[in-house]
Amino acid sequence: MKAPLSWLKDFVDTGLSIAEIAHQLTMAGMEVEEIQVIGLPMPAHGTVDTKVTGLDWDREKIVVASISEVMPHPNADRLTLCKLYDGQRDHVVLTGAPNLFEFKGKGPLPKPLKVAYAKEGAVIYDGHAEGLVLTTLKPATIRGVESYSMVCSEKELGISDEHEGIMFLEDDAVPGTPLVDLLGDAIFEINLLPSYARCASMLGLARELAAMTGKPLKQPAVPAVPAPGKADFAAISIEKPELNPRFTLGLIRNVKIQPSPAWVQRRLRAYGMRPINNIVDASNYVMLEIGQPLHAFDHDKLLKRSSGKPVQISTRTARKGEKITTLDGVERTLSESTVLVCDAAGPVSIAGVMGGAETEVDENTTSVLLEAAAWNMINIRKTAKAQNLPSEASYRYSRGVHPAMAERGLRRCLELMQQWSDGEVAAGVVDEYPLPPKTPVVEITPADVKRLLGIDVPAPRIAKLLSHLEFKVEVNGETIRAACPDHRMDIGEGVTGKADLIEEVTRVYGYDNIPEVRMSDVLPPQKGNPVLDKEERVRDLLVAHGLQEIISYRWSTPEREARRIAPGSAADDKPYVKIANPLAYEKAFLRHSVLSSVLDTVERNARNRDHLAFFEIGPVFLQGEEPGLPNELKRLAIVMAGQRQTKGWQPADTGKMDFFDLKGVISGLLNGLRLDEVKYVSGEYPSFHPGKCAHILVGEKQVGVFGELHPGVRGRYDWPATFKAPVLAAEFDLDLLLSLVPALYQTSDLPIFPPVLEDLALVVDEAVTAEKVEALIRQTGGKLLADVRLFDLFRSEQIGAGKKSLAYSLTYQAPDRTLKDDEIKQLRNKIIKRLEYEVGAKLRA
Amino acid sequence: MTDSSILDELEAIRKAGLDALAPLADEEALQAWRTAHLGRSAPVMLVFQKLGTFAADLRPQVGQAANQVKVALETAFNERSTVLREQALAQSIASEKLDVTLPGRPITHGRLHPDTQMLRELYRVFGEMGFQVYRSREVETDEFNFQMLNFPVGHPARDMQDTYFVEAGDRGDNPIVMRTHTSPGQVHAMQEASATNPQNPPPLRIILPGMCYRYEQTDARHETQFDQIEGLAVGPGITFTNLKATLSDLARRLFGQNARTRFRASFFPFTEPSAEFDVECFLCGGKGCAVCGGGWLEIGGCGMVHPNVLRNGGYDPERYSGFAFGLGPQRIAMLRYGINDIRYFWDNDLRFLEQF
Repeated sequence: MKAPLSWLKDFVDTGLSIAEIAHQLTMAGMEVEEIQVIGLPMPAHGTVDTKVTGLDWDREKIVVASISEVMPHPNADRLTLCKLYDGQRDHVVLTGAPNLFEFKGKGPLPKPLKVAYAKEGAVIYDGHAEGLVLTTLKPATIRGVESYSMVCSEKELGISDEHEGIMFLEDDAVPGTPLVDLLGDAIFEINLLPSYARCASMLGLARELAAMTGKPLKQPAVPAVPAPGKADFAAISIEKPELNPRFTLGLIRNVKIQPSPAWVQRRLRAYGMRPINNIVDASNYVMLEIGQPLHAFDHDKLLKRSSGKPVQISTRTARKGEKITTLDGVERTLSESTVLVCDAAGPVSIAGVMGGAETEVDENTTSVLLEAAAWNMINIRKTAKAQNLPSEASYRYSRGVHPAMAERGLRRCLELMQQWSDGEVAAGVVDEYPLPPKTPVVEITPADVKRLLGIDVPAPRIAKLLSHLEFKVEVNGETIRAACPDHRMDIGEGVTGKADLIEEVTRVYGYDNIPEVRMSDVLPPQKGNPVLDKEERVRDLLVAHGLQEIISYRWSTPEREARRIAPGSAADDKPYVKIANPLAYEKAFLRHSVLSSVLDTVERNARNRDHLAFFEIGPVFLQGEEPGLPNELKRLAIVMAGQRQTKGWQPADTGKMDFFDLKGVISGLLNGLRLDEVKYVSGEYPSFHPGKCAHILVGEKQVGVFGELHPGVRGRYDWPATFKAPVLAAEFDLDLLLSLVPALYQTSDLPIFPPVLEDLALVVDEAVTAEKVEALIRQTGGKLLADVRLFDLFRSEQIGAGKKSLAYSLTYQAPDRTLKDDEIKQLRNKIIKRLEYEVGAKLRA
Repeated sequence: MTDSSILDELEAIRKAGLDALAPLADEEALQAWRTAHLGRSAPVMLVFQKLGTFAADLRPQVGQAANQVKVALETAFNERSTVLREQALAQSIASEKLDVTLPGRPITHGRLHPDTQMLRELYRVFGEMGFQVYRSREVETDEFNFQMLNFPVGHPARDMQDTYFVEAGDRGDNPIVMRTHTSPGQVHAMQEASATNPQNPPPLRIILPGMCYRYEQTDARHETQFDQIEGLAVGPGITFTNLKATLSDLARRLFGQNARTRFRASFFPFTEPSAEFDVECFLCGGKGCAVCGGGWLEIGGCGMVHPNVLRNGGYDPERYSGFAFGLGPQRIAMLRYGINDIRYFWDNDLRFLEQF
């Protein structure tokens, strides 16, 4: 909310600079997000901890002037010439302000118009430009008339964005007075937090400022109206006090509807509200001044509805399907939780949110029935949300306005209406107050403060700090008994009340004054996070294998994710977790597949890079049988595609990555996780080429699957024309995988005795898998066979169709001796025989 | 043969050898010279072979002279050989000069996502202060995301966190939501810990990282999906002074030993007193710049755990106190690395990721 410094000064004089006031407010929880300076000198750079905008008015060049006559322009109907006196001499000033037309050609004015006048060389905003553009006034000739100065609009002076006409000043403004002395101001834009409802007014903010600076608060005077007496103009009945704890009414007759005084209009505009007329403005003014929203009814319209009988106001919840047309002209259907203010003929306003159109004040109104009430904040918030009707009134009511404020607001508003409309306030207030709130009373001690804040604050000091905020305090030894003032609703009782009070103590004491002390409390049991540790190990291993980690949006759509499933494969028919209020359809579903996220990333990056290797670890969201919390399952997906190496100026392996590049990464990962008994089994998966797909087993458990993307899947992605590489992908059930990772592993001693290396080339049928051959070699070789590595695979006519040659490099080694030649020869023959017998292998010459 | 003639001959052998050696310029010629002048049939060697033919009294003199010649030739050979080797080396070094400005071989290597890097740094810093990592689910019930954290149903504090709801039928006041903060994990963690010993729950010191969601339009500064890391310390003697020290220590670790912090009053339903935690802008030194505005950077929110939240977690607020705080790892990364658009994070453009 916005707070003009000049208005705050009605209630507190801090003697502080703009920068200091902003700092005080910010530190006390009312963060000043921006300061708009109007005319005053700008705070020096580095003195303000927030954004500052605005215009510094030259004292000499921007002054009060009086217009004594408005004359027509000889060559332009839409322009006028003003005869103007600036305190030093007369000028003729050219203007196009439409609000001067009514004075055009009327000869000398009976009462001069007081205006803001910018002389030659003055820096103001360009009134015609979009936004705020500075301009310096220079002599020019407009339609044959010389012009060097200007009568200003509010926009040109940076007061508001009003540029419909020039700004009129009070009649008693003295020509020649520097305008800044009259109108200089600073508007603080404050981010008001939900618990600071008490500060949603000038008085509320001033009260905090007074407390923070130790300066006295100028309490508003109690208005003299209405005069005491029995209020017989209306009666009130409240159906649900818990929704409407208090309702008050006052009456003012014989009002003259007219514009409010200029200073009132300026204050409303400075806040950001549009002035309407003196009656509506008075209700808005009081709301901004002390925080109590009010609503003005046209009393005669109400009387007409009740056929002349005294007005009978009742408040109740809406009936099913009930409708009302609000001030904004919209017919609204109400829910049964909406509270209505009604008269005998039906609803006249939505309580605390917006008045009805039928009984609103208009230019013909002569008599005003004024409402000031208290409503249930939760209920008002619900209604304002349901009707999508955020208003200044509902803003305050939905954060909590104390019922005690109702009568204060009513009296103050009647007082202002009387002043601004020449009306007569009827005696008495109709006040129905069925549910006065209990005043929270909290007892705290310095020990309580010490326990939470860690600092020693003596009891009298605590009492003093609280009394600055108008708590009524009694000190009894070490106990402070504090009663909550009747302008706030955010203080609880018991242990919560203590915390509430300690927060208030802290704010006035100053957060900055609390020292820093490192924790010395007992350390909790040290459990660590073994699952996270393993997950991070997976990340490290994959990065070490050259992959880039990504983190994607959790959103997707079924259509987008369906791309990963090959034509003809079973569709993913598991129900999606669906967002009820998505920002867009693309963000309406939680993903089923991390693989799909990574494929999308590869697709986007294929335009910029020729080597693509990504992985992502994250959850997928699967809806269980019952609607409710979904299962969040952790997945790992890897996608690789493109050139093996990026080509530089030297020779590089620019071949396309294939199935075995990915398998190398996967083997490296599983090996690095110390998983034994890993098996790769030819298998199928809806995303993959059926002949280029393997299931990954650890023991008997399938932890993942990988393969080359099915051509039908690959074709669904939008690759650049030059991108021909196969796309390799893997997906793991990471929860399962990590559960199999051993906590510890064993190492072996370095060999002392020399190894014997030997090659073995075999010819086998195509159907015999490499895994089978290697397993047989290892089994037969036993402990003396330290390592087996496939180093060549080829097929040729010489070997014969349907055959392949596998060449292995074998390493024999014994831990306790140097192996003898004939030992190795025997072992080798054993291996060859076994392979011949089991898989029909033939030794290649 | 006279003694003088053999001595003259030796001198001639020496001179001939040295003369032949002087012009030699390559290793091959050098080896040929060595065979010719120091080999088995070299003239000086022949003198040794026929040493027996000299008179006995002459033998020592001739032998000594022959030896001197041999040593002289060997020395000359070694010297020459060294010179030539050095020359050759110098030449070869000169000819092998690289253009060191040519680019290195592009080694493809992997990287962690910047957010992971940031989280790991935070895990490490907090780990050293005794905080352990606790993670919990991303889709939550209203009860855990809000109610247990002292956001009553319909409370205006809920306006601070625009919420995504998940379609799950009519669940009344307990709809399913995308968590708006990692704070529900605070309640889960407290409940788990207090369940182990309901009468005297153990102290707790955890950080809670994770993805959070807010229903808001995205722009360069706002994301509808963002990650957060919260901290929670609960124990019999945790105070606001501890909170300030912990976060100021964090600021010094993240932004340098001179980093200044400030705490200003704020409001969060689940803490009281609540504060915003700012760090003096390390870009401008607190003078005010385009990034910070007035010299301070908003880093996160914090406060003393609200009594209702402690109670909901199974901790008696009359006996235990705690502090909690929340930070945005993305925001910290953005400040430190000059990232101008928060949407870069989950967009995964390699041109962004490769910069980390």
